[in-house]
Amino acid sequence: MKSLSRLLAIVKKEVRQLRRDRLTFGMVVGLPIIQILLFGYAINTDVRNLRTAIANEADTHLSREFIADLGQTQVVDIVASVSRPAELEALLREGAISIGVHIPPDFDRRTVDASRAAVHLLVDGSDPTILGVANQLRSMPLGFDTMRAAANDVGNIEVRAYYNPERRTPVNIVPGLMGVILTMTMMLFTAVAIVRERERGNLELLINTPVSSAELMIGKVIPYIVIGLLQLALILVVGRLLFDVPVRGSIVDLYLAAALFIAANLSLGLFISTAVSTQFQAMQMTVFILLPSILLSGFMFPFDGMPRFAQYLGEILPNTHFIRLTRGIMLREAPLGELLPDVIYLAGFTVVAMTAAAMRFTKRLD
Amino acid sequence: METAGNYAIQARGLTKQFGSLRAVSSLDLDVPRGQIYGFLGPNGSGKSTTIRMLCGLLVPTEGTAEVLGTTVPGDSHSLKAKIGYMTQKFSLFSDMTVLENLQFIAEIYSYPSAERKTRIANLLDRYDLNDQAKQLAGTMSGGQKQRLALACSVLHHPELLLLDEPTSAVDPQSRRDFWANLFRLAEGGTTIMVSTHYMDEAERCHRLAILDRGVKVADGTPQRLQASTGMHVVEVTASDPYAAQAALDGVDAIASVTQLGVRLRVLIPDDVDNPVGLVKRALDAAGVSAEAGASEASLEDVFVAVTMQNPDHVA
Ligand SMILES: Nc1ncnc2c1ncn2[C@@H]1O[C@H](COP(=O)(O)OP(=O)(O)OP(=O)(O)O)[C@@H](O)[C@H]1O
Ligand SMILES: [Mg+2]
Repeated sequence: MKSLSRLLAIVKKEVRQLRRDRLTFGMVVGLPIIQILLFGYAINTDVRNLRTAIANEADTHLSREFIADLGQTQVVDIVASVSRPAELEALLREGAISIGVHIPPDFDRRTVDASRAAVHLLVDGSDPTILGVANQLRSMPLGFDTMRAAANDVGNIEVRAYYNPERRTPVNIVPGLMGVILTMTMMLFTAVAIVRERERGNLELLINTPVSSAELMIGKVIPYIVIGLLQLALILVVGRLLFDVPVRGSIVDLYLAAALFIAANLSLGLFISTAVSTQFQAMQMTVFILLPSILLSGFMFPFDGMPRFAQYLGEILPNTHFIRLTRGIMLREAPLGELLPDVIYLAGFTVVAMTAAAMRFTKRLD
Repeated sequence: METAGNYAIQARGLTKQFGSLRAVSSLDLDVPRGQIYGFLGPNGSGKSTTIRMLCGLLVPTEGTAEVLGTTVPGDSHSLKAKIGYMTQKFSLFSDMTVLENLQFIAEIYSYPSAERKTRIANLLDRYDLNDQAKQLAGTMSGGQKQRLALACSVLHHPELLLLDEPTSAVDPQSRRDFWANLFRLAEGGTTIMVSTHYMDEAERCHRLAILDRGVKVADGTPQRLQASTGMHVVEVTASDPYAAQAALDGVDAIASVTQLGVRLRVLIPDDVDNPVGLVKRALDAAGVSAEAGASEASLEDVFVAVTMQNPDHVA
C-alpha cells in the first residue's frame, strides 16, 4: 500500500517535470512526425522522372510508339531528343541527363531478332538506384502485339509495384520506422533519467527517502510507456493519412507488441542510466545502440541479405524483433500467436534489463 | 550498547578512505538525544562524508555507528523514515514549485493523506514560504531555498535531523531565524546534527565536535571547550596590526597569532607566567604602540588551539 503510493508519487513527479520541460515535450510529438515525413518523403525509393534523352535513329512508327510508352511509365522524363548516340554520351557526361536511350536505325528488325539488342540504354552508373531502374527498363516488352497488351495495363499502379520492390515502399518503411522512433525516444528519455537526477543532486535526496530502487525504476518507466503508446498512435495516424499505410492485422495485437517493445527500450535506457556518470555519456550510449537498430534490424536493409555476423548482432536488438512483429501484424495480418518467438524475446529482454538496472542501482553514493 | 537509549548517534572508529585520501579517520561520536550537536570543521575536513556514512549513503571503510538503534552499515532502510537529511547542495526539484516539492515529500514519506494539507500549510507558515508557494524552487533565493530544504527535511517529523551546512550563503538575519527554528525543533525532542564552519553557529550548539582533516580534535560543550584550551588568550589592539603581528611572530612562547580586523588574538600556553606582560614587552621591543589585555577563549581560539595540536597539522 505504501509502496504503491510511493510509486505513484514518483510517477506524478515525472509527469510534472515532463510537462514543464517544453523541449522534451515537443520531442514526444515532434520527433515522430518529423521522422515519418523524412523517411516517408525524402527517403522515398520510388524512382520517378529521371531525366532522359533519346537518340531515335530509326524514326519509325514502332520506335515512336516505344518512346511514348517509355514516357508513360513516369519513370523517365524525356527532356531532349538528339540525332546521334555520341550526343547522348556528351549529355550524360555533363550530368544533364541520367539515362540516354539509343534506338538504332534497324530497330524494327531488331525487335524480332532475339540475338540483338533493339535498344541501347546509356546509364549514369554512379548512382546504384538509377542503374537498378535501367535494369528494370530492360525487361520492357517490345514488339507489336505484346506491346499493345502491356501498354493497356501499364497504369500507374502496376508500374509502381514493378519498380518498387516490396521492401522499399512507405508501406514497408512505416512499420519499421515505428521501431526506430520508439527506440530513439524511449531509450533517450530513460537513459538520462537517473543520471540527470544524479547531476542535479536530486538523487542524494531521493535515496534518503523510504523509496525503494524498484519503486523508483518502475515509477520512472510508467509515464514513458504511456507516451510511447501515444507516439505509436501518432505514427499510425500520420502513416494512414499521408501514405495510406494499412493495419491489416489486429490493432490490439499491435499495441500489445508495442507495449512490450517500449518496456524493453525503457529498461535498456534505465540500465544505461545506472551505468554512466553524465548525461552526455548516456546520449553517446543511446546513439551507440540506435545506429545498429537502424542499420541491422532489417529496417534499412533486408535482414536475410545481411552477412551472418551482422545478423547475429541484429538478433540481439529489440528493434529487429519488433519490426518482424509490426510487419507481420500490419502487413501480413499475422496474429500475435504466430509471432511468439519475437514476443518471448522482447519479454525476456525487458526482464533481464530491468533486473540488471535495479541491481546496479544501489541506494548509495559509493 | 547500554547507553543507546540516551544517544541518537554513537559512532566508533568510523573511517572513510577515498583512494589514498583518509577523508574521515577513526571517528568516535556520541550525540545525545534531543540536543543540537554541532560539527565544526573547515572545507574538506570530512563533515559531509561523516553525515553520509551516518545515514547509509556511504559505506564506512572501517568502524560502525549506532543510529537511532540501527547499526550502520547494515540495513539502513528502516532508518530512512526516522531521519531527515538536508544536503549541502540544494537537492529539491528546481523545476517543481515549492508546494509541489512539499507534496512530493509528503507522498514519498507516506504522510497520512488526511493530514497532508494541514501539515504543508503549517510548514509554509513556519518557514515563511507562503509567498513562494507557487514559485519554481529553482528560481528562489539562497535563503528561501534553504528554508524549503529544511521544511522538506522535517515534514515527516524525523527523530533525527542531519543538516549539512544549512546556512552557507545565508545572510545573518536569516541565519538567526533559521537557528530559532532549529531550537524550536530541539525543544520538540528532535535530535539535530548540524555541520558548519561558522563559529557563531557552533557556539549556539549544545555540544560540538571539531573536525580537522578527518580527525576529531576536540568535543564537548562550547563552554567546556573554551575553558580547557590549555592556552592563555591575550587580545592586542594596534593601529598597525601587521607591525604588531610581525613583532609577536618571532616570540618562542607564543603559540599563535590570529588577526581579526585591527585586533590580534594571541595564544600562549598555560604554563607561561604573566602572558600579558610577555606580549607587552615584545611589542615595546619592536617599537609598536598597542594595547594588550587578557581575554576569555572564544571558539575561534579553541579551534586554532586544537587544530594546532593535531599531529597531521602542517604548519
Ligand atoms: N566521492 C569522493 N571521492 C573522492 N574523494 C572524496 C569524495 N567525497 C569527498 N572526498 C574528499 O574527502 C574529503 C572530505 O570531504 P567532505 O565533503 O566530507 O568535506 P566537508 O567537511 O564536507 O567540506 P566542505 O565544508 O567543503 O563541505 C575532501 O578532501 C574531499 O575531496
Ligand atoms: Mg561538506
